[in-house]
Amino acid sequence: MNQTLPMAGTAANINTAGLTKNDYRGAPSTLCQGCGHNSISNQIVTALYEMNTVPENVMKFSGIGCSSKSPTYFLNRTFGFNSLHGRMPSIATGALFANVQMKGIGVSGDGDTASIGMGQFKHVMRRNVNMVYIVENNGVYGLTKGQFSATAEKGLQLKKQGENPYMPVDICMEALVSNATFIARSFAGNPKQVKELLKAALSHDGIAVLDIISPCVTFNNQENAYHSYAWGKDHEEPLHEISYIAPRNEIMLEREMMDGEIREVAMHDGSTVILKNLEKGYDPTDRYEALRVMEEAQRNNWLVTGLLYVNTTKPSLTGIYDLVDTPLNRLTETDLRPERAMIDKINALMF
Amino acid sequence: MNKKVNDFSITVGTKNGSGSSTANNTILRSVFKMGIPVSGKNLFPSNIQGLPTWYTIRVNKDGFIGRQESNDIVIAMNPDSFARDLASVAPGGAFFYSDDIKQPITRTDIAIYPMPIKTIVRNDPNVPTDFRDLVGNMVYVGVLAQMIGMDLEKVLAALTFHFKGKQKPIDMNFNALKAGAEWAKENLEKKDPFHLEAMDKTDGFIMADGNTAAAIGSIFGGVQFVGWYPITPASSLAEGLNDYLPMLRKREDGKHTYAVVQAEDELAALGMAIGAGWAGLRSMTSTSGPGLSLMTEFAGLAYYAEVPVVIWDVQRIGPSTGLPTRTSQGDLTFTHFIGHGDSHSVTLLPGDVYECFEFGWKAFDVAEHVQTPVFVLSDLDMGMNQWMSKPFQYPETPMDRGKILTEQDLEELKGNWGRYLDKDNDGIPYRTLPGNKHPMSAYFTRGTGHDEYAKYTEDSDAYLKNMDRLKKKYYNAANYVPAPVLHKNKKATIGILAYGSTENAIFEAQHQLAGEYGIETELMRLRAIPFNNDVTKFIEKYDQVFVVEMNRDGQMYQILLTEYPQFAGKLKSVAYQDGLPAAAKWIREGILAKYETVVSDQKSVISERRKSSGKKTDGKAKATSASKKEAAKKPAKKSAVKPQTSAKSKKK
Repeated sequence: MNQTLPMAGTAANINTAGLTKNDYRGAPSTLCQGCGHNSISNQIVTALYEMNTVPENVMKFSGIGCSSKSPTYFLNRTFGFNSLHGRMPSIATGALFANVQMKGIGVSGDGDTASIGMGQFKHVMRRNVNMVYIVENNGVYGLTKGQFSATAEKGLQLKKQGENPYMPVDICMEALVSNATFIARSFAGNPKQVKELLKAALSHDGIAVLDIISPCVTFNNQENAYHSYAWGKDHEEPLHEISYIAPRNEIMLEREMMDGEIREVAMHDGSTVILKNLEKGYDPTDRYEALRVMEEAQRNNWLVTGLLYVNTTKPSLTGIYDLVDTPLNRLTETDLRPERAMIDKINALMF
Repeated sequence: MNKKVNDFSITVGTKNGSGSSTANNTILRSVFKMGIPVSGKNLFPSNIQGLPTWYTIRVNKDGFIGRQESNDIVIAMNPDSFARDLASVAPGGAFFYSDDIKQPITRTDIAIYPMPIKTIVRNDPNVPTDFRDLVGNMVYVGVLAQMIGMDLEKVLAALTFHFKGKQKPIDMNFNALKAGAEWAKENLEKKDPFHLEAMDKTDGFIMADGNTAAAIGSIFGGVQFVGWYPITPASSLAEGLNDYLPMLRKREDGKHTYAVVQAEDELAALGMAIGAGWAGLRSMTSTSGPGLSLMTEFAGLAYYAEVPVVIWDVQRIGPSTGLPTRTSQGDLTFTHFIGHGDSHSVTLLPGDVYECFEFGWKAFDVAEHVQTPVFVLSDLDMGMNQWMSKPFQYPETPMDRGKILTEQDLEELKGNWGRYLDKDNDGIPYRTLPGNKHPMSAYFTRGTGHDEYAKYTEDSDAYLKNMDRLKKKYYNAANYVPAPVLHKNKKATIGILAYGSTENAIFEAQHQLAGEYGIETELMRLRAIPFNNDVTKFIEKYDQVFVVEMNRDGQMYQILLTEYPQFAGKLKSVAYQDGLPAAAKWIREGILAKYETVVSDQKSVISERRKSSGKKTDGKAKATSASKKEAAKKPAKKSAVKPQTSAKSKKK
């Protein structure tokens, strides 16, 4: 009864999960026309469709804000929890214990993450919770009508607010110093990169942060603003061209690629991330290099995008806990309540 | 001198961090093993080392083991509190002190026993220098044991338990203790009336603290997820889970069916627990008042999103550095209304260590059945002190996982279900859990803005309907929470409503009211909110119902007034909080202060009996209907006895 029929005139493109792209869609967006967040939602739909992920195997989470509304606009068939402002990480942390086979997708914004949620953001990084943490970063509060956020650059001029007097928070740098294991930056105006990074992030076992500059067309899209479409297009400096190769797919390398121009990253699930045209042979597994590149970008006013850092050797949070194979939320009284004989043992342990 | 057998209090004054808790627990456990009803309460400051701290033990053959306000025996080990400790001994009492404290002793109305503790410890070559202070504490236990007749075999049993059978520390401590006892035997002459004599009144009981009991109860309830953040006096609850989970949930494959996560703060602790509860795990957190403040927004969300989760609040005084190590029943109103907008919490109120265990498992059944956060209000006295308790009993009912739809259920329903649809007309909807493979299983969770199918809406009618259902669900929860306990008294003319750790002190106050004032009372101990019909009937039965609790404003009284406006005239608040565990004195005096004799024939008899008893309350309670009327005009002057004042003046 939930089969969605293909639209008239188009072929029913069914993926190996037996689903069409429509099975990955959400409710119609109520965000502004042209909002970067809608573009990201579309890439989430496409990435999961192309990865043949069953929507029931995903949980989606968000906090509060424009960005946090967006989980309604993708993956209708996926359990979702729109939680409190800045508190998405804790909800996701607890929920993902229920079934470690399921993947978490969290959507947050720059206010939700870098201001009210900074504490939980840092701790979800250090715990290496198995989820993709997307920050739809536009430097401004939208739902409350245009206040500065903590990622807004110093000197930014906004209507009613005047000039921003404070230095910005760099989400990726914060993630790196908090020991995150997958850190990428992208730009909503570069959908192909967003999609490939999403796929790579979804195959990572642990926390994967995607800081996506996602312009707010209503409150912060002036040409000279760091989080605008125009600025992003002019200043984007991709570290590499990224492509995601699904597990068991043979990797076809272009013969003409010179040594040092290709780097492969083997992901936990058997997939591979290919990084082409590396800037000066950039090594995304080198934490020190990642920090240097971010610092360099800040000094030169570049929007550096791509996979900044990845470490596939650390166990994810649920991995550390060594849980039974059956999802915890399928366990029954037999598994959970100690045997009757244990009550006497416990009483004997008391004085 | 008349012997006083098995009926006195012992208070030990030491320095915080001096290692006296082993010694004091040894006294408590030895008396318990001698079969005599006993309680021990640690009255400690917020400090790691150095500040004065007291441990007070109540020995009572009749089972009145609430805290006693007067000190019969005092052991003074701390120069900083010496003068205060000396002054606190009741006339006719006994005062033991470490003789290296050179301070004037002016009292002649008590027995004075100096103890050469340092000398005795120094003379034992087996005690290493850095253990002398610790072991020195055992010397006072030995002296006391000798003087009041503590059975050394039971003392050894207590030490063996404490040191988990490790021979070296057992020997070192027991030798010091024996040295103290032998010294006392040879050098002290008994000048006080206090004696212990073995009884059989603790047979079949165990000793445990409420936090450990709650942890074990939660494990028998099948806890799967714990998110917590350290806070006194709740930390030992989560630590208890860490202690006992590996043993009680051990599996052959070595894998785990649970996770305990220490969060970065209380916001995250409850956030994680709600995430896990939402996803179908038996999930909990434990905290105290200040932590609960931080959890407020999440608690409200869980109420509206209808997420089962158990929240233990081991109450203390607060916030910040406001008496953080002192017991309280001060979070009741806060918990009751926690969250924003119109929210009401399902609250369980354990009254002793056994109920901490029982409500440990029951709280999950209630939370999952009703799909709401369940608050369990313990307190520092119950949570951290060792109480006599009946042994823990295996849960008598199977787990109630509530209304959960599986893939098969959804198949039968053809996917037609609504997360917030009141299908059974009990306010409790059905839910599905993440990981359900049915394509119609998923729903989106958010606050109040949803329709019956969990779709986002800001529609007024949908909002009203949902809010009405939540209210219906809340009152329906009265059918699933523990019923109140009625301690029947057919002769009673007034009722007492109370909850939590005050029961032992109330029993004693009742005994005194009946014996000394001729006022017969009946106690109903509330064990949950919302209230069931038993509570209504109980209040209906009496003209005066006294609501006894440990806070300033009478929080339960306020909630009762709200729920039973028709009974407003007969409910009277006896609320008192000074940071110390409940004592019979303020309860008795608080009731007497507001007690009114009533003109009906039956009750005037009581009033006559009261008058003839010639007690000091004469003239304090209103004796005629005329004065009653007058009192009604000036409610501020109605209480003649102010327990607050009298209790304070007594203490210092």
